[in-house]
This record gives sequence, structure tokens and C-alpha cells, in this order.
Amino acid sequence: MSKHSAGPGREESGPRSYSDPPTKPRRKRVVLADSRAPVTRLRTVVELEEQTSYGEELVRQLIRAQFKAAAVAWLSVVLTLAALPALFFFLPQLTLVTVAGVRLPWLAMGLAPFPLLFAAGYWYNHKAERQERDFVAMVEK
Amino acid sequence: MSAQIWALAGVLAVTVATFVVGWRASRLANTTQDFLVARRTVRSRRNAAAVSGEYLSAASFLGVAGLVLKDGADALWYPIGFTAGYLALMLFVAAPLRRSGAYTLPDFCEARLGSRALRGLAAVLVVAIGILYVVPQLQGAGLALRNILPWVPTWVGSAFVAIVVIINVFGGGMRAITVVQAFQYWLKLFAIAAPTLVLCVLFVGKGGVRDSDTTALSEPLPPTFTTASTINVETPVVLQAKETVKFYARGTIDGEDADGSAYWTAGSEHTVDAGTTMHFSQGSSVPVVTGAPADNASWFAPAATSEDVFTTYSLMLALFLGTMGLPHVLVRFYTNPDGRTARRTTLHVLVLLSLFYLFPIMLGVLSRLYVPELLVDGKTDKAVLALPLKVVPGLGGEILGAITTAGAFAAFLSTSSGLLVSVSGVLSTDVLRGRVRDFRFATAVAGGVPLALAIAVRQSDISLTVGMSFALAASTFSPILLLGVWWRKLTWVGAAAGIVVGGGLTLTALVISTISGLTGGWAPGWVSQPAIITVPSAFLAVFLVSKMTPAKVPSDVAQVRLRMHAPDGLGLTRDRAVASFGTAEERSRLADGRHRK
Repeated sequence: MSKHSAGPGREESGPRSYSDPPTKPRRKRVVLADSRAPVTRLRTVVELEEQTSYGEELVRQLIRAQFKAAAVAWLSVVLTLAALPALFFFLPQLTLVTVAGVRLPWLAMGLAPFPLLFAAGYWYNHKAERQERDFVAMVEK
Repeated sequence: MSAQIWALAGVLAVTVATFVVGWRASRLANTTQDFLVARRTVRSRRNAAAVSGEYLSAASFLGVAGLVLKDGADALWYPIGFTAGYLALMLFVAAPLRRSGAYTLPDFCEARLGSRALRGLAAVLVVAIGILYVVPQLQGAGLALRNILPWVPTWVGSAFVAIVVIINVFGGGMRAITVVQAFQYWLKLFAIAAPTLVLCVLFVGKGGVRDSDTTALSEPLPPTFTTASTINVETPVVLQAKETVKFYARGTIDGEDADGSAYWTAGSEHTVDAGTTMHFSQGSSVPVVTGAPADNASWFAPAATSEDVFTTYSLMLALFLGTMGLPHVLVRFYTNPDGRTARRTTLHVLVLLSLFYLFPIMLGVLSRLYVPELLVDGKTDKAVLALPLKVVPGLGGEILGAITTAGAFAAFLSTSSGLLVSVSGVLSTDVLRGRVRDFRFATAVAGGVPLALAIAVRQSDISLTVGMSFALAASTFSPILLLGVWWRKLTWVGAAAGIVVGGGLTLTALVISTISGLTGGWAPGWVSQPAIITVPSAFLAVFLVSKMTPAKVPSDVAQVRLRMHAPDGLGLTRDRAVASFGTAEERSRLADGRHRK
């Protein structure tokens, strides 16, 4: 029973006639956001890309941390190596010291630097990968 | 005679193997990407071997031992520097550069700073550095072939290597080269390690230094000839005699004709002209070319004068920062799938390099005892080739000599190939139009010019020339890479200023030191290794000019920084080679639906 009676056979685009609809409208489900998807990750990555201030700050922190790790590794190697020429120049008696049958300069310059370089590289790789994993974990939370 | 046959057989075996391995891989190389970047299908450990194989040039294989023979402890900075340069690359540049998606240095300049003009300037520098690095390789090839076949002129060896390399690169570009380079690292390692171990065992077995009547390494006496030796002086040289020495000479000494016995007093210096033959008897002391330590004690000890220390620091700076600017090093990065593997590959490379460098150092020390005659004409780069036969006369020495010669040729072939690929790549994409045909044309040009220069220009120590190209790379590209990756405010004007200042100063120093070498050697040591002046100047220029042009900071700098530093799993990297050269299908597969560069 409808309050509005439009008479037989009349169709209007105005106030709808509920008395006699031609077919029942099919139910449609409208999805504005898929609640099963990881919305937070999408949003944070989008924030990173759109360079919101939050995104920029995250990235800047990561860059600073990576640079610090690289600088620490590099400086520890370079300062050690750069000290050698000065050391042997100002203290020439050190060039006569013998360790295990090999003179100290040849050990210090021909053998020791290589494990040192590898150790610095290994440490940095470990640290950088950990920092990146932490960043991704934070972004994907 | 049979030594020559063994050595030739070794060289031919290496050449043929290179061709075969390269040809099989090149049948799969069809697209521009294959030619430029081996389509990123290279696994990490093989890539590390390929990187090391390409990096270990004649400077590492021959030059290190030669310089250790001549300069002693100071030459140890070369292997340290070559390796530490890789560490710098790994710490500061590896992952961000890979993530930026750039496939060459000029491409990185454009990606980061947004300027085509800078890209062109960078391309010019890449070609200059590449040429400066290839010329000593080709000259070393000429020297090595001459060592086997003394009647062959030096240009034959250079032309041989140049032609083999051009053909190989012609055929397959980067893809062929990767497999070849990996194979060549192991070949070179074997070629240097096996003879060294054998020689060391024999040396110790003979009783070491105590047995022979050579000068001990730490005595303040000059080295002595272990056998009667005849030396043909081919380029004019100035020699210093630390002890009195009597010998027979035929030619021109000190401007006067010499024919018969000659007598040099202790502490004297003499000029010997080209075409002179000098014959020394066993046990006489060796006159050493001026500029090198004349007695074993000063050879054994590190730098003792302030000028030498200064030059050492300059060398360290050039080598530590120069690696990242070498064209054939950077191009290999792109073959890694992501930033993380780029870092890991570099770590593997550090191990492979460290393992290698132990051996030329030991060979250099042995050379001081067994082949001191090379000190007379100063051509010590032959040390690794000449040593085996002196320690082990007979068949064993011939075979070992053939192995080291084969390894040396592997070094020439691999580094020249890598450089040729990268220089041709830059020429074809930045000067020509980037098709496969353009790449092949660029290959012919980029191979022919260094060959012409190698023949025309007088040969100097391989490692010194290589050190100069490191200085050039350190003065031009390392400021741009380091500041481009880590500093927000870099502008293309600043980068261009850095290239002009750093490159200009280094090339000026190169010209001065060449002139000085031809006119008597008046320039101080640091002119031939100018990094300690040029590198800080370049950094300063880049920094100041960038600060002065803040308006030229690229508009997308935040996005580019994000791309370079964000971890790999987040899908933020771009692929510039695909964007420029990929097929439509590859491009759509990698696109994310957003219309952004």
C-alpha cells in the first residue's frame, strides 16, 4: 500500500512510486576499501611516495643511520691505514721490528689491511641490512 | 727456445678459451640491454668473480710485483688502495646506485641531477678515463709479447690484444663478457698463485737468502746479479751505482762512446743512452735507475723522506676514492637484481681481491733477489714473467713462466674488454643513438683510439699510469657520486664545476709529468700522483658552486633520494635501462600505472 498513487501506467523520474516497481532491484555491494588488505602498509608506502612530512622524516632517519654506519666503518679503516706512513716516518725504529720473521712494515702494509677491510665491510653489511629490515618492518606494520 | 713455445702456447690457450666462452654466451645476446647490462640475469657469486676478474688488470697482475721490485714497501699501497677503493664503493655507493636504476655514470648524473648537458660532460670524462686506463694494458701486452718473442716489435702485442677484445665485445657485449670475466678471475688467481707457491717452496728449500750470495733484503747494500746478465737499454736511463761496479759496455754512456770495460765508482750517477748493451758478471752489484731505492735496506723500509710520505698520501687518496669512478666498475653494478645483492657482491669481491694480492707481493720480493737486472733499465713490469725461469732453470721454469704469461694476457684481455664495453656503451647511448649497430661502431672507435695511443706514446710503469687514471676518476666522479648519494643540495652546476676543476687539474698534472719525463724528470713526485691536490679542490668546487646555485636543485630530488635509499622490498626502484631500451612488454610489466618518470 503506497501513499503515493500515480495512476496506472505512468512512469516518472520524480518521486518514486513504490506501489508497483517493475523488478526488484538487485542488491549490489559497494566496497570503498578492502578490509582484508594491509591498509596500513599501503598507506605508509603512499606516505613515503607522496613525501608527506611523516614520510620524509622516516626516510631522513634511515638515510642518516645508514650514513653513520658507513662513516664509522670507513673512518676506522682509513684512520688506521693513514696512520701508518706517518708512524713509520716519525718512528723509524719501528721499521726494524720483526714479528714471526717478517718485518713489521711488510706485515702492517702487506698482510694486515686485507682482513681489516673485509671485517669493516662485513660489519657494515650486517648493520645496513638490519637497519633496512627494521625500516621495512616499521613501514609494513 | 722451448720457453718461448710454452709461453706462446699459454697465451694462445687463454685467447682461444676467451673466445670460445664468449662466443657461446654471445649467441644469446641480441638486444641492446644484453649488450649494455647483461640483462640482470647474473648470479651474485659469479658476478663477484666477474667483477674481480675485470678489475684485476695488468696493474694488479704485473704492475704490483714490478713496483714492489722497484720501490719496495711503498708499493704495498697499491694493492691496499685497489681493495680499499672497493670498500668505499660498498659503503657509500653500491646499494643507492643500483637502486637509482642508472646503468652508467652519465646516466646517474642525469637521473640524479636532471641535466642532459651534465650527462654529455660526464660521457666525455668516462671516455677519457677509459682510454687512460686501457693504454697501459695494451702497452703491457706489447711488453709481455716482446718478453716471449724478443724480435717482435711492441705494437704487435698491443694490436693482438686490441683486436681480440674488439672482436669479442663486438660479438656479445656485456653478456659475453660476464661469463668470460668470471672464468678469467679464477684463471688469473691460478696463474699467479701456483707459480708463487712453487717458487716460494723452492726458495725456502734452497735455504732462502742465506744460501745464495745475493744481498739480503735488509742489508744497506745494493742487490747483486745472481747470474751473468746482459742488458739492452732501449730507452735512455739515468743509473746510480751505490757500490763500485765493473762491467762491459758497448754503446753510449755519459755522452761518450763506450766499447769495453767500464768502471763506476760508488755513489756516482751515469746516463746510458738507448742502444747500449751492458754485460755484468755474476755477483756484481746492480746499478739502479735513479728515483728508486738503490740499496736493499732503504728498499725494504717504507717512505723515509717527507716528499715520499706526501706522495704516498696522495696515492692513497687517489686509489681509495678512484675505484667508484671507474667506468667498468660501475657498469657491473647494474647486473645485480637489487641494492642488497649489490652490497653483498661487493663484499665477495673484497675477499677475492684480498686473496689475489697476496701473491704479486711475494713475487715482487722474490724478484728483488732473483731478477735485479730489471732495475737497470727500469722496466720492472716484466718481473712476474721473467722470475720463474731464473729461480727454476729448465723445463719447470719454462712452464711456470708460461703460466704467468698466460695469466698476464688474461689480465690484459679482461680489463680491456670491460673498459671497452663500458666506454662503447657510453659512446653509443650518449653520442650515437643507442641501437646495437651504434654500439658496434662505438666499439671499433673505442678500441682503435687507445691502440693508436699505446703505439704512439712512450711506455711508463703500468701502475703509475693506472694510478693517474684513478686520480682522474677520484677528482671528477667521486665528488658527484658521494655528494649525489648523500647530500640533498647538490646541483648540476656544482657537479659540472667539480668535473671541470678536478678533471682540468688532473689532466694538467698529467701533461706536466709527461713533459717532465721526456725532458729529464724535474717535476716533484706528487705531480705524477696529484690526487692530494685535485681531489679536495674538486670536492670544494662541487660544494661551493652547489651552494651558490640553490635554484638548480632538481625538483624531484626527494623522490630520487627515496628511490636510492629505501629498502628493496617496497617497490620504489625504477629501471632506467628498461625505460630507455626495453620492449613495450617489459616496460608495461615494470610500470605501476602511474605516469612518472
